Amino acid sequence: MTQAAATEHHEPVENTSTGLNSRKLMMWAFLGSDVMFFGAFIATYLVYRGKSLVGPYPSEILDIPLTSVSTFVLLMSSLAMVLGLHYVKEGQKNKGTIWILVVVVLGAIFMGFQFYEFREFAHEGLTPRTNIFGTTFFILTGIHGAHVTIGVAWMAFMAYGSHTGALRKDNALDLEIAGLYWHFVDIVWIVIFTVIYLISATDGPPPGVGPTILH
Amino acid sequence: MTTKSLKFPQAFPRPKSATGIWSWIGTVDHKRIGTMYGIVSFIWFLVGGLEALLMRAQLASAENDLIGPEAFNQLFTMHGTTMVFLVIMPLSAAFFNWLIPLQIGARDVAFPRLNALSFWIFLFGSILINFSWVTGDAPNGGWFGYAPNSGTTFNPGLGMTYWVVGLNVLGVASIAAGLNFIVTILNMRAPGMDMFKIPIFTWMTLITSVLIVLAMPVLAVAGIQLMTDRVYGTHFFNSLGGGDPVMWQHIFWLFGHPEVYILILPAMGIVSEVLPTFARKPLFGYPFVVFAGAVIAFMGWFVWSHHMFTVGLGPAANTAFSISTMLIAVPTGVKIFNWLGTLWGGNIRLNTPMLFSISFIAMFTIGGLSGVMHASPPTDAQQQDTYFIVAHFHYVLVGGALLGIFSGIYFWWPKFTGYFLNEKLGIANWALMMIGFNLQFAPMHWLGMDGMPRRIYTYAENMGWEGSNLAASIGGLILGIGILVFIFNVFYSKMNKVMAGDDPWDGRTLEWATSSPPPVHDFDVIPQVQYRDDFWFKKYPETISEYYHDDHDQAVPSGAQLDDEVEEALPVVSGGSDDHGHGAIHLPDMSYYPFILSVGIAILGAGFITNTYVVGAGVPFILWGLLGWSMEPVNDPE
Ligand code: HEM
Ligand SMILES: [Cu+2]
Repeated sequence: MTQAAATEHHEPVENTSTGLNSRKLMMWAFLGSDVMFFGAFIATYLVYRGKSLVGPYPSEILDIPLTSVSTFVLLMSSLAMVLGLHYVKEGQKNKGTIWILVVVVLGAIFMGFQFYEFREFAHEGLTPRTNIFGTTFFILTGIHGAHVTIGVAWMAFMAYGSHTGALRKDNALDLEIAGLYWHFVDIVWIVIFTVIYLISATDGPPPGVGPTILH
Repeated sequence: MTTKSLKFPQAFPRPKSATGIWSWIGTVDHKRIGTMYGIVSFIWFLVGGLEALLMRAQLASAENDLIGPEAFNQLFTMHGTTMVFLVIMPLSAAFFNWLIPLQIGARDVAFPRLNALSFWIFLFGSILINFSWVTGDAPNGGWFGYAPNSGTTFNPGLGMTYWVVGLNVLGVASIAAGLNFIVTILNMRAPGMDMFKIPIFTWMTLITSVLIVLAMPVLAVAGIQLMTDRVYGTHFFNSLGGGDPVMWQHIFWLFGHPEVYILILPAMGIVSEVLPTFARKPLFGYPFVVFAGAVIAFMGWFVWSHHMFTVGLGPAANTAFSISTMLIAVPTGVKIFNWLGTLWGGNIRLNTPMLFSISFIAMFTIGGLSGVMHASPPTDAQQQDTYFIVAHFHYVLVGGALLGIFSGIYFWWPKFTGYFLNEKLGIANWALMMIGFNLQFAPMHWLGMDGMPRRIYTYAENMGWEGSNLAASIGGLILGIGILVFIFNVFYSKMNKVMAGDDPWDGRTLEWATSSPPPVHDFDVIPQVQYRDDFWFKKYPETISEYYHDDHDQAVPSGAQLDDEVEEALPVVSGGSDDHGHGAIHLPDMSYYPFILSVGIAILGAGFITNTYVVGAGVPFILWGLLGWSMEPVNDPE
């Protein structure tokens, strides 16, 4: 097929039984699998909510404004992702590269926030071993952080590809698939943010137990 | 083409030769991968069988002291884990690999390199988990690894860490394979083969793959939680830290019940291919078998607490799970009637595959019935943790899944190799297995009713359990001899080849349309499909009118809109057209990156067990594998 023929159709017709690209189909199936993965961790968190026997408790340690900022950063990265894909599909190489780089940078900033948060919590005496809140909090957000890290590495690879010309409008599907993953990880964070930071932000010590951190 | 692509420096030249060790390490051919799955899991089958025989030797007489309690714990844990994860699942995967592309008229799976990756991870994961035997510290917490017994407080050694890390590594392999087969079945069907024309085994593979993809992550979560509890001191299942051991049971069985369907659905698919072939009739009620499978896969998610009736979840939970468990027996029963309906009025030939399939129906029904018995919580209170449960799941797993797999082995062996397995030895193999199996497991029903607990290493003399236990042990020995006859049959048939031809059983589905064994590219010409059981109706066009009239008879192999389809489907696709649009047949080139990536994952896993630095040692391999893979074109430019 010539380049010209490929550019005429925006979505190339796939030579498959369903007409869907196989790699894209697989990414959707994988995301379904990942839903179960996160779902089981989130369910564990909810079941164990308010079951800590010693502090620090969520109300004493969670910094909602800070995490709201990092949540906003991650949300914006999804916007950059959309723009990056748009420009790559349009064949605007430089704009495409820049927006993909913005995704990388915003993702890295989110990781930085998480690193900072983890360190702060450790200073204030909350580790995965401290109590069941620490256990469920660190493992759930840590697993999400690992997903973000993989996404950032993937996007960096994509940005490099776009820069060198290996990622072009005719194989923008590569970026689209990476983008599906990125948006998914972003959506999962919205759920985690709601469940951990919004719903349990006021969870204090069980009745009859005093606060443990005296600011 | 002038377009650029990224290049990764190659450490080794891309493997090319069709023979020798590198041709296996670098292979992406679904048939070779299927063969490797089959061989490796059969070896684990022998290991798991040996473990079982050791237990039976210990239990043959009361107060026996052949094997001590600790070794006994290790034996039943590794026996269960091996048979579920290293035998039945990968043996099913061997059939998926071999048959799915052939049944849907494709040249390979959708992602051949990913397919190789699944196999290599499975291989290394299985070695990892069994390596614990070498360290002398094999897992001992049972195949369901109940907390808190599996935690470090009660289980300080490395055994359960091997178990949990090994399962997680195996889980990666299963999920990758599941994704691959979902996409393959949805996307790679031959022209004309819509979803209700795919062979029934392919349907069961699709449903199983969906279950694998959704259930294995749940096991992974349980595994990660137990692993961090063990290795990093978190509190998921530690009540002193606010956790709850019962949570483990919930998560494990939320995975565990779908898992039992992952084990049985492929065997049901095999049987649903064998019965029609040897009854020379289409499968009775194909849509019902499909929908029953789908309903089972859905309902399987809402029954998990039937494993926890005696935990004390309360009457409301017990009632709800009791009802859902009894309901799930309905679609299971539907399939049994479909199989009987297929046999009814058929022109039945009793070859070895058919003997195994008919036995499957009988044995599986017995196991299903005992399952419905303990679907009732008061009844289960008597049966939980006794040999009655052991009898139940061996009737469904050995009498069900394993007999189905043996049926499949005898059925497709001529396709895989080009020659038959010997029929006389096959019948001896079948008879010994059936006698041994029933002698071993039937007595466990009454042993359990009589209160003999499972997982005890010995029992007192005056319990009245000796006779039944001895019978069970003798049965185990006979079953083992049956397996030896099978191995003998494999070698005997290889040395005294009786060539089979392309279509030895007068088959119905596309795999019989190509040569035996199939060429590397599977089909010289991609078949054009018009009917369900297309191959059969192309062979016997005179029978078409028998099954295709305009009423909606259940046995109609295809929809009622057939007439228009016949016309539009007639022009035959020209030979060898494929994705690449060239005239010649293109197969994906070999690649060693799946192997390298799986080595990295295995080292990573070993690192979680031993030492964090080892984890670091795995990372370079993973990066090498991933980067090399992602920059390697499926086909090198000529
Ligand atoms: C008719 C459908 C079935 C019903 C109603 C059923 C019901 C049950 C129940 C209630 C239990 C828990 C018993 C207890 O521990 O007290 C159980 C255990 C078990 N079932 Fe089934 N079952 C059915 C089919 C199957 C199938 C098809 C398989 C596998 C192929 C299977 C495999 C198992 C296994 C492995 C266990 C024991 C797990 C363990 O405790 O180690 N069952 N079944
Ligand atoms: Cu179950």
